[in-house]
Amino acid sequence: MSRGRFGAYGGQFVPETVMTCLLELEAAYAAARGDAEFERELGELLSKYVGRPTPLYRATRFEAAIGTRARIYLKREDLNHTGAHKINNCVGQALLARRMGKKRLVAETGAGQHGVATATVAALFGMECTVYMGEVDMARQRPNVLRMRLLGATIVPVTSGSRTLKDATNETIRDWVTNVRTTHYIIGSTVGPHPYPTIVRDFQSIIGREARAQIIQVEERLPSDVVACVGGGSNAMGIFSAFIPDAKVRLFGVEAAGSEHGQAATLNTGTPGVLHGAYSYLIQDENGQVGAAHSVAAGLDYPGVGPEHSMLKDSGRVSYERANDADALAAFQTLARSEGILPALEPSHALAFAKRHFGRDADDNTLVIVNLSGRGDKDMDSIAELLP
Amino acid sequence: MKDLTTNDLAATTFAVRASGRKALVAYLMAGYPDERTFEDLVKASVDAGCDIVEVGIPFSDPIADGPVIQAAATAALSRGVTLRSTLSQVARLSARVPLVAMSYINPILRMGVDAFADAARESGVSGLILPDVSFEESDAFRPALTARGLAYIDLVAPTSDDARLRAIACASSGFVYLVSVTGVTGVRNALPAGVTELAGRVRTATETPVYVGFGVSTPELAAELAPCADGVIIGSRLMQLAGDGHPGEAGRRVGDFLAGARKAIDAAADSPERTTTPPAHSC
Repeated sequence: MSRGRFGAYGGQFVPETVMTCLLELEAAYAAARGDAEFERELGELLSKYVGRPTPLYRATRFEAAIGTRARIYLKREDLNHTGAHKINNCVGQALLARRMGKKRLVAETGAGQHGVATATVAALFGMECTVYMGEVDMARQRPNVLRMRLLGATIVPVTSGSRTLKDATNETIRDWVTNVRTTHYIIGSTVGPHPYPTIVRDFQSIIGREARAQIIQVEERLPSDVVACVGGGSNAMGIFSAFIPDAKVRLFGVEAAGSEHGQAATLNTGTPGVLHGAYSYLIQDENGQVGAAHSVAAGLDYPGVGPEHSMLKDSGRVSYERANDADALAAFQTLARSEGILPALEPSHALAFAKRHFGRDADDNTLVIVNLSGRGDKDMDSIAELLP
Repeated sequence: MKDLTTNDLAATTFAVRASGRKALVAYLMAGYPDERTFEDLVKASVDAGCDIVEVGIPFSDPIADGPVIQAAATAALSRGVTLRSTLSQVARLSARVPLVAMSYINPILRMGVDAFADAARESGVSGLILPDVSFEESDAFRPALTARGLAYIDLVAPTSDDARLRAIACASSGFVYLVSVTGVTGVRNALPAGVTELAGRVRTATETPVYVGFGVSTPELAAELAPCADGVIIGSRLMQLAGDGHPGEAGRRVGDFLAGARKAIDAAADSPERTTTPPAHSC
């Protein structure tokens, strides 16, 4: 009997070798969530180590720069320890790994933010850590490769296929299948087999809970619109989850439209299929072979997407939009110059959509939250190459 | 009691066991190293004494496979090999032994499960192995195959606990695929710890024959494994032999290796101190 579905999507499409481990993980997670000591420890790490709550910052000069009447707030996940939202999930999963008696962590990484967050919690918990990263991504996110090494992690370059996030994920799954008895796989996004999409969403949902309380405190009302970029979709599920029950809040997920070299807008251009353990939208050809994705943002450069997003697309609760490489770079510059904030290239896609959409379609009642999921320091090499 | 020999594959696997032999199964990647050589390899495998040939369907993201089969899949895909082209080619082969397909689920989902099952039946394929479909997800695929007389072959692993192992072994038709090692496919030089005991547990759980695969890379390893199971499956080593050297000689290289494995398995099965007691069943 299939388990862990979001509507038609999700499930457990994995080799038998890891099924027992997934069942253990599900049980350990259920037990942890009912355990006051687990919640206390998680809460303490999030406040004292990660630095939560992150600010909700009104970007008035960005508003002026894009010529909108909307009020635009940024949820500053870039101010977390390690520079992105990824650490929220890693702290929670490391606590789970410890409860399950695992001594080793493995992770895939695209932009390197999840790899850095995993290497960080491995150091903090005294665990061994191996991170798989595509060769292409290692070149374009060099600072993060160095950070992971300094934190004591082993980085394995992935040379198969597209040499980006998809193939790094394949290689991590193979490691996990081989070392499953001692190793916990910290998946970095709301993807993979059940229970991962639920666990990752839950650990990221603190973004939305904080943002909802913060906007009500400052503006005494709910936002009209919430915007987040979507690769696998963890920062988006993290902020959307708190607002999904509020039917009047419009939710926008922004996918990478790439360039003439290709695109990664899975929900806009894909069809349902199975990749990395779950049934979800997928960029694939007519023979069911998974296509190569492309985005200037390594963290969005993925031909799959989390199964809950597939359900939210079909139900229409979330509108999935697109921004291309050039628009993301332009939005990056706008935010940098107007606010003194260097966003990562991933949330630059969310900013690009905000610039386009609210620049022309906003009134005085438009109240927007953009999830600024990470900072751009890691992208300096690629941006230096791309900007004139 | 249910009749376990309702499909062609089971007819073969039960007959091989009844004859007192251990089955030898060759895994060959469709269209590797090229489509014509693949046909040579099927013929060479049958001539060398294989009882079943497993045809791998290339997939872009083979998470249960190690480097050798990944590379073979990538090469086959770059030559334009697809699930449909493989089924057409297999239909033309009219091989003398049963063929089973091993495919990741996505190419089959893309084709449609019923359309695939119809095409597989027409092409003469007699069973299917889906390495990335868990037992929990198998309900969506098993009936479409078994309704057409095709075997749905489940996998059990060293990490499967007793309850899962029994449920999976009892559900599997044709044979039960026992994954010898906690890991992916590949060339290995030693027998994984605990495989004999594991095979014993599976054979106690079901009357369906149990075949061991993953990492069976030498005739000696095949001979060591054969007594504890009903058959052995060799894959990565064959793909290595197929790819290393002139394609015109690939059939001979693979055939010679399999003939050696056949001989070693038969010798091991004949030695009286190695024979195992007939299993008890709980299905």
